[in-house]
Amino acid sequence: MSDSIPVCPLPFPAGDRVLLGHGSGGRLSASLVRDVFLHAFHNPILAQLDDQAVIGVNGARLAFTTDSYVVKPLFFPGGDIGSLAVHGTVNDLAMGGARPLFLSAAFILEEGLPMETLCRVVESLRRAAADAGVQVVTGDTKVVEKGSGDGLFITTSGIGLVPDGVCLSASQARPGDRVILSGTIGDHGIAILAQREGLQFDSIVESDSAPLHTLVEAMLAAGSGIRCMRDPTRGGVSSALNEIAAQSGVGVEIDERAIPLRDDVKGACELLGLDPLYVANEGKLLAIVAPEDAENVRDAMRRHPLGAHAAVIGTITETHPTVVTMRTTVGPMRVVDMLTGDQLPRIC
Amino acid sequence: MKYLDEYREERVAMALAARIARQVTRRWNIMEICGGQTHTLLRYGLPELLPPEVHLVHGPGCPVCVTPLEMVDKAIEIAARPGVTFVSYGDMLRVPGSRRDLLGVKADGGDVRVVYSPMDAVKFARALPSRQVVFFGIGFETTAPANAMAVWEARRQGLANFSLLVSQVMTPPAIRMLLESPDNQVDAFIAPGHVCTITGCQEYEALNREFGVPIVVGGFEPADLLEAIAMLVTQLEEGRAVLENQYVRSVRYEGNLPAQQIMRSVFEVCDRRWRGIGQIPHSGLRLREEFAAHDAEKIFGVSEPGAEESPECISTAVLLGRKRPTDCPEFARRCTPENPLGAPMVSSEGACAAYYQYRRRSAEGSTSNV
Repeated sequence: MSDSIPVCPLPFPAGDRVLLGHGSGGRLSASLVRDVFLHAFHNPILAQLDDQAVIGVNGARLAFTTDSYVVKPLFFPGGDIGSLAVHGTVNDLAMGGARPLFLSAAFILEEGLPMETLCRVVESLRRAAADAGVQVVTGDTKVVEKGSGDGLFITTSGIGLVPDGVCLSASQARPGDRVILSGTIGDHGIAILAQREGLQFDSIVESDSAPLHTLVEAMLAAGSGIRCMRDPTRGGVSSALNEIAAQSGVGVEIDERAIPLRDDVKGACELLGLDPLYVANEGKLLAIVAPEDAENVRDAMRRHPLGAHAAVIGTITETHPTVVTMRTTVGPMRVVDMLTGDQLPRIC
Repeated sequence: MKYLDEYREERVAMALAARIARQVTRRWNIMEICGGQTHTLLRYGLPELLPPEVHLVHGPGCPVCVTPLEMVDKAIEIAARPGVTFVSYGDMLRVPGSRRDLLGVKADGGDVRVVYSPMDAVKFARALPSRQVVFFGIGFETTAPANAMAVWEARRQGLANFSLLVSQVMTPPAIRMLLESPDNQVDAFIAPGHVCTITGCQEYEALNREFGVPIVVGGFEPADLLEAIAMLVTQLEEGRAVLENQYVRSVRYEGNLPAQQIMRSVFEVCDRRWRGIGQIPHSGLRLREEFAAHDAEKIFGVSEPGAEESPECISTAVLLGRKRPTDCPEFARRCTPENPLGAPMVSSEGACAAYYQYRRRSAEGSTSNV
């Protein structure tokens, strides 16, 4: 054995350039938002760090949000970049309890993109908007040189109206509240990854991409005890719960056995060395609900097609503030940390 | 899900934990060699189920952690060259070299790609004839057959633009080094089930006989590990020391013969440096001379070893099971997965990263040497 001094690398300066991990929805994304964007644009509305800003205008409360879509491949089982650009933005509005009304759509196109591809995406976006009952009322188009884009990027912004009496925010979770999940996790991320990596499974895993605002309406009608909602997109359930824990200054305790997970998604995660808690969803929501309303809200969700597998998966606690823990299938508790960067595949 | 859920059930885990608790009468130090097993132990919180007498010691079996610094620097240097497509397993991208990591090379415009199989790198070489495609062949005996197959295929297809940067290591020499060390305090080993699936059990049986130490070949699910621990505690308490196979659904005594054959055809045994541990004789694999045309070290030249490393990281002691990650004063302070000071904080199989991810809260403040 070597008797030399312990070897370990010298630290090298991190953070001197943007890495892919800064877009993963985990800890690196959070630090980018905090250190660069919040620092520059600081104001009380932005500081709420909710999925949407809620702004009072002449007595009405408007929800306002924006999101960019850079998904690869452009078409995947269960959706495409066009439908996703509607669902994602509609859902960001819905998580504030808002009724989505109007969207903008900005397209960045790469020189050489087949016109047929663009038309398919635009038609899909049109249909998704019509199905969700929102209108695309303004837009923009830019074309960049070949090699400067990845075919097609879309940015949509959305405006919705928040009904009187509805006030949801990730800072409102209280000890004793229940954590409700609207259905199976990881479907979108695995659908994309399977397509990208050319993985074959017995059945095709479809993305869960869907507009959630009618589910939210049904939930709001079922109980007044809803404190906040989040759609666990990039960074998955883990990031969404960690954000709620941090913003409310509470602990979160979930039960691994209560989390709905499709067998094929579970199998794909095992194969790829991924933890489904970190895999993206595009048609699911997490709700923090007062204990007395939790059953009502869950039952209302189960009556809606997008909430058929809704389940109470955990509780808000006073202990371990800002930390999310999970009771594992074999019994003991473990920490559910935020993802550092991209979830890197393990090698064996 | 069949073949998984039954190994993750609380009922099964509690029964095994109760069996261990019934049998144990004194303190035993049990080392799991493989980083994948370390990950499972912490991911499921298994130490909480064990009686305090059973002390789990995490071994050096994280392939990412033990890849030497000069090899990481070499990879970074090659990946940054124009005309090179550098292909790697995902874990290696965030491992810090002496100045930066492979993700930094990618951010600077280097063509760095992640694959799940080295055969994908061979496909890249065929599709990109004008580029030099280099695969970072790291890992234990589990990755060696596939990496060997990639080189074999590249030669068969006449792909002169494919090469392997080899940093393969083998487990038994590391166990031997631990057992020969005068301050060894490990009483029994859980041998790595995936490695033994390939190599078989002979070498572990030889270690068991030579050193009189109980060894159980273990799997990777919670019930596998608890059963392996129970089998070891039984042996220790009865004063026996034999080789047993817990992971019978995967491991055969003779191992996977075709996999061993391709390994032997392409690789030969060499001495190798392990990051955080140092040189271990006969612990590595390198390409045989007849595959020199696919040897990235020969094509691109070898970098000088000995880049300066910080003495404040205690990874040697962690990799040898002498300290826990939480014994390090920089753990979860200056050393985090975002800014790792040492390799065990990078890979999810590294003990430091596993402690950080799953046990940070409960582990803070505790100190315990083996």
